[in-house]
Amino acid sequence: MINKIVGSAAEAVSEIHNGATVMIGGFGEAGSPIELIHALIDHGAKDLTVVSNNTGSGHVGLAALIENKQVAKTICSFPRTANSKVFPELYHAGEIELELVPQGTLAERIRAGGAGIPAFYTPASVNTPLAEGKESRVFKGQEYVLEYGIKADFALVKAETADRYGNLLYHATARNFGPIMCTASKVAIVQAKKIVEAGRIDPETVVTPGIFVQKVIEINNPLDESKLVEDEMSYP
Amino acid sequence: MIDTGKKIGWNRNEMAQKVALDIPDGSYVNLGIGIPELVADFVPEGRELIYQTENGLLGMGKVPENENKDRELVNAGKKYITAIPGAAYFHHADSFTMIRGGHIDLCVLGAMQVSEQGDLANWSTGAKEAIPAVGGAMDLVAGVKRIFVITQHVTKHGDPKIIEKCTFPLTGKQVVESIYTNLAVIDVKKEGLFVREMAPNVDFNYLQKQTGAKLNQYTQTQV
Repeated sequence: MINKIVGSAAEAVSEIHNGATVMIGGFGEAGSPIELIHALIDHGAKDLTVVSNNTGSGHVGLAALIENKQVAKTICSFPRTANSKVFPELYHAGEIELELVPQGTLAERIRAGGAGIPAFYTPASVNTPLAEGKESRVFKGQEYVLEYGIKADFALVKAETADRYGNLLYHATARNFGPIMCTASKVAIVQAKKIVEAGRIDPETVVTPGIFVQKVIEINNPLDESKLVEDEMSYP
Repeated sequence: MIDTGKKIGWNRNEMAQKVALDIPDGSYVNLGIGIPELVADFVPEGRELIYQTENGLLGMGKVPENENKDRELVNAGKKYITAIPGAAYFHHADSFTMIRGGHIDLCVLGAMQVSEQGDLANWSTGAKEAIPAVGGAMDLVAGVKRIFVITQHVTKHGDPKIIEKCTFPLTGKQVVESIYTNLAVIDVKKEGLFVREMAPNVDFNYLQKQTGAKLNQYTQTQV
């Protein structure tokens, strides 16, 4: 029998090893799997390469993982927000590496990684500093930059509804990078607000088919990141 | 008694209104963060526009009432929004398929600098101590059919933002179609910058002095 449901967030992240590449879903707070990130902080794996759109807010979630010095490198498109304090400090101190990628290129690199496409050409970033040193090629008179697909060892993703097969539904704009990160990682670990019986999710509406997901944990009342940041909470 | 003088130029809302008037009915539109967001407030009656926000929503609606905020329903600026009836959610690769694939009709962006060739710089001053952050701007200018810029005509320090050649790192080369400032509406043509409209109490000489590139006036036949 296939059953991808695991008992705890700690168990879900227990295989994440030092030096792993970890994709973390979310666009700011929306879709950020905060319980899984906190479990990863407790777990303590270090020298991680994190692929995520942002670098977290305040001193919780992704920001706390970075603050705990577990992240050697981040691949992202927008490493600052109104409340990001942790990343700028470490970046200025030279303690964290940044690979800055245009947002659409980041999405496509992840999609390509999951789809078995090693590299692709994109028009984004041509004639800008982000294209410097990259191979380029002209198609039909227009220049394109070669970008490489990204694969990860693990993905941490937040969903709304899951079943034991790993089929997923998301909520609103929390979907963002979740579906493509599940496809691009060897082990996609998902926290869902609700786990339902197999068969309860209408196959016509499945967003992430279960084949892309390896572990599911139910977190029905996830922490409210904005509130934690507002209250200046920190983790651990 | 100090003479406060006549009001020169447009305010932000008036600038946004100018942009809104130039967006055709039925367009799929992406609005950048900041002043561009105001454009949605000034769509003329009878026109229907669909707003795409690159974090995964087609059919962005108005700002929610206080009690209806959904932490997982945000725009590209991470502000709380609503979805209109008939909206669609999608993941990031699909979002940028819309953007890079040429499916979005028009995008309104802010600017740090615009060159007379329509080059846009709006993500970095290139300063060493700054944390570089780019977001979706480079994908938008690479893929959206028409790019409008809405910006103050000069910087806080009074330096022109419309110049011969951008000194800041580019977002994209030759991408801007029209520039909407507090002083004028300017079209970017192969032949250079053409002033389409000037704000109240702005004359051509004044406008040229506030601009770091040569401005042209349309002849009667061009208009």
